[in-house]
Amino acid sequence: MAEAIERFVPDGATVAMGVALEPLIPFAAGHELIRRRRRDLELVGPISDMLFDQLIGAGCVSRVTAAWVGNVSEGLGHCYRRACEAGVPRAIEVHDHSNFSISLALWAAAWNVPSLPTRTLLGSDIVRTNPNLSVRDSLVEVKAVRPDVAIVHVQRADELGRVHAWGPLGVTEEAGLAADRVIVTCEELVDASVTLSDPNRILFPETKVVAVVHEPGGAHPSPVQGHFKRDHSFYRDYGERSRTEEGFRAWLDEWVLGVQDRAAYMRRIDVQSLRIATHRPSVPADFGYE
Amino acid sequence: MVAIASREIRDGDLVFVGMRLPILAYAVARNSHAPSARGLFEVGLMRDQPASGFLGTMGDPPNVAGALWATRMSNAMALLAQGSVDLGFIGGAEVDRFGNLNTSYVGDPSRPKVKLPGSGGGADIAILSRRWVTLMSHERRRLVERVSFITSPGYGDGTPAWRKRNGLLGGGPVAIITTLCVLRFPETGGEAFLDSVHPGHTVDEVLAETGWPLQVSDAVSETSAPTKAELTAIRQFDPDGFWTGASR
Repeated sequence: MAEAIERFVPDGATVAMGVALEPLIPFAAGHELIRRRRRDLELVGPISDMLFDQLIGAGCVSRVTAAWVGNVSEGLGHCYRRACEAGVPRAIEVHDHSNFSISLALWAAAWNVPSLPTRTLLGSDIVRTNPNLSVRDSLVEVKAVRPDVAIVHVQRADELGRVHAWGPLGVTEEAGLAADRVIVTCEELVDASVTLSDPNRILFPETKVVAVVHEPGGAHPSPVQGHFKRDHSFYRDYGERSRTEEGFRAWLDEWVLGVQDRAAYMRRIDVQSLRIATHRPSVPADFGYE
Repeated sequence: MVAIASREIRDGDLVFVGMRLPILAYAVARNSHAPSARGLFEVGLMRDQPASGFLGTMGDPPNVAGALWATRMSNAMALLAQGSVDLGFIGGAEVDRFGNLNTSYVGDPSRPKVKLPGSGGGADIAILSRRWVTLMSHERRRLVERVSFITSPGYGDGTPAWRKRNGLLGGGPVAIITTLCVLRFPETGGEAFLDSVHPGHTVDEVLAETGWPLQVSDAVSETSAPTKAELTAIRQFDPDGFWTGASR
């Protein structure tokens, strides 16, 4: 993980994360960005459930391009508030979107066009404050947003970058296609015979994927279908402790800065209570051809 | 609030469910008066049966198992853009007399007094669904004369046909359900009026907690209390009171 972040996410990069919305959030990769003291990042995503708040509080971020930043089951993002309202720990720029418009901004980049038109956001002041949105002929023009790197957590991948994820995908596919490169963290590192047995389930062309990191539990506290439940109380604890800057600092020391890596972090979690025990595999598709 | 919200769902509706209390309202409706409703979730899911386990978010594993469709967000948005979504729910931080919602900035956006989380899918629902409902805590600082920032447009400046003139596809808000009462809108849109007051509360209390001179319907009534079936469903889907307990 350290190598992937060091090599592929420089200071000032535009980084898409949390692109599956509430599940599969790459918290382990985000925490590595914090430990590596990355600065001046632009974060891109639809809704960020807690991860963007942590990166903002740690001072890694100069701009947020997103539809929603907070803590989904708890409400406000307290670090996001402090940054926007008081410039603590630093001021950030915000390009507000809706979920629909951030998806379109990524599709525009994926298809290599300057913008895409939509009927959403008509009548919303979001069009007034985001310089990348404008109204023309009763349609909103959404300018392309092109991430330097998209970071995704998935159920399984092979070492050549063939990636399988399942469950709802949010804006994962357009984020991967729009990005210059993709970093993958996965629950299971599998043989290519597994990934290639179901090519419909492969998320991105392997040519986009520059790093595959085997990082079990790398999405905690967000859920991973078939592997981990959502750790609701972890979100509540963060929501309460991050209300003050001091509380957030103590949380960050305990769970990020004072932790060497994800394996050490996972030893502090009650993994057994969160692991999904009852499995419901789908029926395989038949790719027979002769 | 959950029981009242669930009554807004009609049988057969495709409902853009959203987060928090509406997830529970959808489950209650399916288990009572709307057994053939379907739920659409912007994360990229469609369901008929409510999830059989507790949900902290729409993306939790129990909401995925047994789904009618697990897909990408832009596919769910396609149905919304086509006008196929009958009803949406949006949580509000601030609402005004014309039903506009602010979930972005209190005060000047360049130097906000409060930075709220943002639209999420709220603006999309407000603009594109056929009708929508807001759920919020009833406080004078939240129900304001005019919101300072329109994240999710209701009836704009309240002038006739504001939505149509500005190209908004969907019909607009039909109700604001608060902790004290239900506000509704005339069929042609415009300004909210007081329709019913929840048991244990009074019209005067509602007026005192509303930041504009609220119109009161001649037929203002008491909101029907939750039925036994509604309460049973709420307890089934929120057994520990995570969403409906006293601490929330």
